[in-house]
Parts: sequence; structure tokens; C-alpha cells
Amino acid sequence: MNPASDSEKEECRRLLDGLSLYLDGEAEAALCAEIEAHMAECENCRIVVDTLRKTVLLYREESPAPLPSDVRRRLYAALKLEDYLVTGKGE
Amino acid sequence: MVDTPTIDETVLLPRLKAGDQAAYAQAVEAYSAQLYHVALRMLGSEAEAEDVLQETFLDAFKNIDRFEGRSQLSTWLHRIAANNALMRLRKKRPTFLSVDGLTGEHDDGNGSQVPKQLYDWCCLPESELLTEEARAEMRAAVEDLSDALRVVFVLRDIEGLSTQETADVLDISASAVKSRLMRARLALRERLTAYFQGAGPEETR
Ligand SMILES: [Zn+2]
Repeated sequence: MNPASDSEKEECRRLLDGLSLYLDGEAEAALCAEIEAHMAECENCRIVVDTLRKTVLLYREESPAPLPSDVRRRLYAALKLEDYLVTGKGE
Repeated sequence: MVDTPTIDETVLLPRLKAGDQAAYAQAVEAYSAQLYHVALRMLGSEAEAEDVLQETFLDAFKNIDRFEGRSQLSTWLHRIAANNALMRLRKKRPTFLSVDGLTGEHDDGNGSQVPKQLYDWCCLPESELLTEEARAEMRAAVEDLSDALRVVFVLRDIEGLSTQETADVLDISASAVKSRLMRARLALRERLTAYFQGAGPEETR
């Protein structure tokens, strides 16, 4: 890791605010270009962007489980909707 | 919204207001899994998530007359569930109690934004990223976020709500959602980076 100059660090910090928008594809074209140009020069920021993107992906990959069947059954009971508790779904 | 079964709220709502039990069951079927998941990720406890789920629907059905339909029914249900979960968190951790509550900009903790961990783990094999231990670390990391950051992260990145939906659920501005999401993601990245650096094979440093 080469010691970054103060102006470089300032640039890193300034672009940081836009990274989340950049990852969500919501950043304006000019900001995208700026971030990409900076990443090509700055290894630290390249790592931050890549690992930030991967962090979000890992959480999104964790697929939401269906409602456990006993939780579902107790919910219908609490709401007095047992008559509508069709089996075969999540059972 | 992701994974929500197709349901026509304009048809459902009048039936709910009329006390139609079949309509109640339909709403429960459509939204219960998602609401349970939000509560589980917020609270980290299956028992508490189940309580939140039941209370959310009891509360919603009791107050359905007061729902004016200015937001989506799903947004309204998410709001009830998220507020219920946040209330439980505040009771558990009174030190995080703040007068300006969720709308305060200084109570959301996890302050330092500047990335410190610079280990590049993004290309580790899936077999290392997806271990049970890594999963547990990911969940623990979410639980360690401040309440204000966690609720935004859970709704946006885990449940896949849009920025605007999240803002509507929490009654905060879209720009507040964006800035909290950013801080949440950076805090999680920091923690996962430290974890994967420790867990990674020797030769990658
Ligand atoms: Zn940089």
C-alpha cells in the first residue's frame, strides 16, 4: 500500500458518500465516471467498492425462508382464522 | 416489492374494512412471511419475531377502519411491524434511547465511515463465504448495528424494499434512507472484512 498523499485521501473521502448510490445504479453519469476513474488509480478504493458490493450481495443471497409452519399455525389461531388454514402450504 | 404474492389491494381493502374473514386470511397469507423475516432480522429472536408478527396483524385488523389507503397496505403493515420491533429494541437497550428517536440524525451510531479494513476478500470462493459460521457472523453484524441503521438495512437490502417504500414505512426522507443505508453497508463491510481476513487461508495474508 503506497502512502496516499493528503489530496488523494481527500478525494477518497469525497467519493465515499457516492459509493452506495453508485452500487445501486442510482449515481449520475458524471459521478460514476469520477468513481471509476478514481478506482483505476486507487487500489484502496477499488477494494472498498468491491467488498462493499460483495457485502450487499451476500445479504441478498440469503433467501428469505418461508414462514415456519408452526409459526403460521399459531398466527392463524391468534387471529381466529383457523378455518382458513389450508394445509399443504409450507406443511 | 420483492416476492410479494400478487394481491389487488384495491379489491382487498374494502373487504377488510367490511370484516370479511376470507380477506383477512388472504392478507395474512400474502404478507406474513415477509413481516416475520423483518422482525427476525431486527430482533434476532424467533420467539420475539413471532410475537411481533401476531401483534402486527392484530393491531392492523383492529385499526383497519383508520387506514386511509394513502400508502400501500403492505407499507402500512411493514410500518406497524417495524415500529413494534423498534420499540422492543429500545426496551431491551435503554442506553440507546434518544429524545429525538428515529428521526434524530445523531442517534444512529456506527459513526466512523472511513474504511479501515482493506483486505480484499471479494474473490474468496463461495465455499468460504457461505459457511454456517460466516452466516452467523453476518447476522451478528446486523444485530450490532444501531437500531436506526439496522431497520433501514433490513428493509432495503434484506427485504428488497425500494428507497421510497423504506422512507414511507419509517416516515423519514428518502435522503435519510440513503445516508443510513450507506453507513450501515460500510459498517457491515468493515466487520465482514475483518472476519474474512481472519478466516481466510494463510497465504492470502
Ligand atoms: Zn481512493
